[in-house]
Amino acid sequence: MKVDFTLLLPELVQILIILGLFVQTLKKPGTENKGFFCICWLPWASAVGIAVAAFSMKRSGLLFWDAYQVDGLSQFFKMAIALGFAIASLNAMSAPTVKDDQRADYFLFFALSSLGLMLMASSVELITIYISLEIASYSLYSIIPIRGNDPRAAEAGIKYILFGAAATAIALFGLSYILASQHTTYLHLLAAKSWAWADSPLAVTGITLFMVGFFFKLALFPFHFWCPDVYDGTSNETAAFAATLPKLGAVVILIRLVALLKPEIEIITIMAVLSAASMTFGNLAALIQTDVKRILGYSSVAHAGYVLVGLVAASATGLSAAGFYSLIYLLMNLTCFWVICSLSTDGKNLMLDDLNGLYKRAPYLAFVLAVGAFALVGLPPTAGFMGKLFLLTAAWNRGYNWLIIIAALNTAISIYYYLNIVRHAYTQESDALLPEKAPRCCSAVWGGVLAASLLVLGIIPQSVFCWMEEATRQMMP
Amino acid sequence: MSQTTVPILSILTYFPLAACFVLPFIRNEKSVRVFSLLVGIAEVLLALPLFQFSLMTPGYQFVEKVAWMPQWGLTYYMGMDGISLLMVLLTILLLPLCVLCSWTYISKRVKEFHFSLLLMTSACIGVFLALDLVLFYIFWEAMLVPMFLLIAVWGGPERRYASVKFFLYTLAGSTLLLVAIIAFYKVGGTFSIPDLTEQTFPFRFQFWVFLAMALAFAIKVPMFPFHTWLPAAHVEAPTAGSVLLASILLKMGAYGFLRFCLPLTPDASVYFAPMMIAISVASILYGGFVALGQKDMKKLIAYSSVAHMGFVTLGIFIFSLRGFQGALMVMLNHGITTGALFMLVGAIYERSHSREIANNMGLGKYLPAYMFFFGLFALSSLGFPGTNSFVGELLVLIGVFKANPWVGAAIIPGVMLGAAYMLRLGQKLAWGEPTGANAWKDLNLREWSYLVPLAILVFYIGLAPGLTLRVLDPSLNRVLDRIAPKPKPAIVETAVLPNTQKGIVAGLFSSSR
Repeated sequence: MKVDFTLLLPELVQILIILGLFVQTLKKPGTENKGFFCICWLPWASAVGIAVAAFSMKRSGLLFWDAYQVDGLSQFFKMAIALGFAIASLNAMSAPTVKDDQRADYFLFFALSSLGLMLMASSVELITIYISLEIASYSLYSIIPIRGNDPRAAEAGIKYILFGAAATAIALFGLSYILASQHTTYLHLLAAKSWAWADSPLAVTGITLFMVGFFFKLALFPFHFWCPDVYDGTSNETAAFAATLPKLGAVVILIRLVALLKPEIEIITIMAVLSAASMTFGNLAALIQTDVKRILGYSSVAHAGYVLVGLVAASATGLSAAGFYSLIYLLMNLTCFWVICSLSTDGKNLMLDDLNGLYKRAPYLAFVLAVGAFALVGLPPTAGFMGKLFLLTAAWNRGYNWLIIIAALNTAISIYYYLNIVRHAYTQESDALLPEKAPRCCSAVWGGVLAASLLVLGIIPQSVFCWMEEATRQMMP
Repeated sequence: MSQTTVPILSILTYFPLAACFVLPFIRNEKSVRVFSLLVGIAEVLLALPLFQFSLMTPGYQFVEKVAWMPQWGLTYYMGMDGISLLMVLLTILLLPLCVLCSWTYISKRVKEFHFSLLLMTSACIGVFLALDLVLFYIFWEAMLVPMFLLIAVWGGPERRYASVKFFLYTLAGSTLLLVAIIAFYKVGGTFSIPDLTEQTFPFRFQFWVFLAMALAFAIKVPMFPFHTWLPAAHVEAPTAGSVLLASILLKMGAYGFLRFCLPLTPDASVYFAPMMIAISVASILYGGFVALGQKDMKKLIAYSSVAHMGFVTLGIFIFSLRGFQGALMVMLNHGITTGALFMLVGAIYERSHSREIANNMGLGKYLPAYMFFFGLFALSSLGFPGTNSFVGELLVLIGVFKANPWVGAAIIPGVMLGAAYMLRLGQKLAWGEPTGANAWKDLNLREWSYLVPLAILVFYIGLAPGLTLRVLDPSLNRVLDRIAPKPKPAIVETAVLPNTQKGIVAGLFSSSR
């Protein structure tokens, strides 16, 4: 087998980052993170990662006995993952709850998890998909509990592992059914088989169970129970990572499954019902939260539902809308988490009341937070609106119009808690003196860049969306 | 449709937005105010090219059309007809006046206030000019955030409650509007309003889409059962916020009915007209009665807005030229008169620090100029002959009586209630027992400067409404043609008589595709 390594450039850069971090983890405990052990190179390296991913955009090909496909879809998501990794690691550079000794290890697992997600983007064979899912998950399992000596983080870690293990076990179980009934694990071979309940109930059961593994990653109702607790328990910076990147991996696999297998009405209906339940439940539960991270946790449950609307549409435009929305979701959530991490200089969880008077303490961060929150609502002219418009438009008249109406009504429910965040930041005066350490200047700048990207994508989404659409058209002409 | 080379409409829309970005670089509060005032005046001057507006063309003028996202059918499509011309001119005129009336009223976070104000103006102008449904929706929603901030940051003691209520109500209404827009795109194949207007949709489709759109617009207007956000928002908002809310935002709902519901879903509009008329009558009577019992001046004017907007929706849904003209005139005049009344309430609040009628009595002797303006605008508000509102209400009444005398009879008490609550307010303010009026100064030059333009408009439109009506007529006739394509005014004007109504609807069902 000849391997064209130029196809794997984004992954190779990621592996180099991992190797670099690995070498740095070998230092003696207690030595300072200076000189050779300084990890300040990481943001630059991840920026190179983005550039390389953008450079290898147009590549395509099959590798490793056809189990690994480089195409428009995978490259789009690799780019998005590289972008998310860069922002999340930049965000975590001075994470206050990570001990200096652990810092290199911490980022090592960040990078490993991102690598797993990149592999997921290209996997077109069920066992490869499963293995990359595990690579992505295991690294996360180990960093969730890292938060000083906070027992809640340990609790969050246990919850994540138990739920994750159960979900992946179910996925594996489903895989065995697929293998038993369709006799192959290659997606392009599976695509030729029938996925109707009447023809092969075993296979339909299998694929449904297999999807559960990804619904878990996506924090879709009813596989969402870990989500608010993990966000709440783990450190802010880890939550920013765990809330955003794994979702991209889940979305890309679901897009591939829907595009190639063209599942029949049964699976799509299940997805539509789960989508409606997820957005409604997520939004209703978020209404009563007071911890900002828990709000974002439940909001991500709701957004998992929105993304699924595009998958329910099961057309090229629907899938590209789902992909586009997941990229927007990454940016929106990272924007909000960016502000949270910048404000919580001692690494504590932020309550809504801690945001009081933010406009005075950090006017730029308050603005960034407002843009992030309004984007999550889907209010124009932010990218969140365009994403939602594409999703709903793509899904209209595909037999699930009730889902569109539920999605639209959910916007009305969700506005309350997002608005609450903005209201606390802008209209409440802060009564208690917070640990006042003015957020760093560069955090305002980068936050501003994130907010600007949300606004720009909201006004001219054309190029990014076309890119995604081209990718899905390759799979679903 | 005439294509122009200079994008006048875009310049008008984005000039205040562009000015927003200069604000952060101005240090001094005074300079911020002067700068915003200059922006407002410049905006008024920029509107001068609009006098090229041709009174003869029924279609859209100054059209700008640029591809935005071709594969989604999104275009950047702006244009102006008679209806939007008046609304845009009103919006533009109010910008410098709002800056002036907030000159001393707003004392904290001045820069942010003017930022929101300018942003708000941009979005409002955009709403009236957008001819692409998505573009319209973007402006429609973009206006929520600055308005929310205006209420939530610079409002009264209950501002948090009022601002959230405002936001929730309006956003909840417009979520289904988005679904309607998507449905239009999927069924009609385009987001462009003029293109959609030329298509005919099946009745079943029109039925649902009308309901979705009407909910959004009825909340914005606001019509009777959905009006509860309005008094709260009005009372808590700062003066400029109340002015914008009353003069511009409420008009957007009525504008939506005229621009979307009637031309896009004509059959459903006819079908639902009796319901809309009933709600309008309820709004008129309910608003009037509740206004009669208010102690708070702002609340009184807020409820009077509910009543006045009832006239607007009533005028729209009787489907006659007179009704349309009347509705548009009431919209415009309500914008002028109620805006001025809110400014006056703001002016007296700066003196007495109370909006209670009881604390602001006996102004006649000590503040004669103030009382003159108040009396003038109060008379205008109740539709006194010779003032602007008289024209509008008269036209609506003529239309209604022609269409259905019973409906006309039902709203007569509403007109009388208008006189009752406004005169009661005016009488108490002028001749009540003074509580502290002797210590207050009469209007200063700044206050004169923002009241005089509005007072001139009161008389101008009241005495010579001809030009305004001629601006409107071509556009209104076009909407009317859409509702009742046969150019027989007699049939049009009796469209809501109960028996003919049934005939029309039955015909729709049988002939629907």
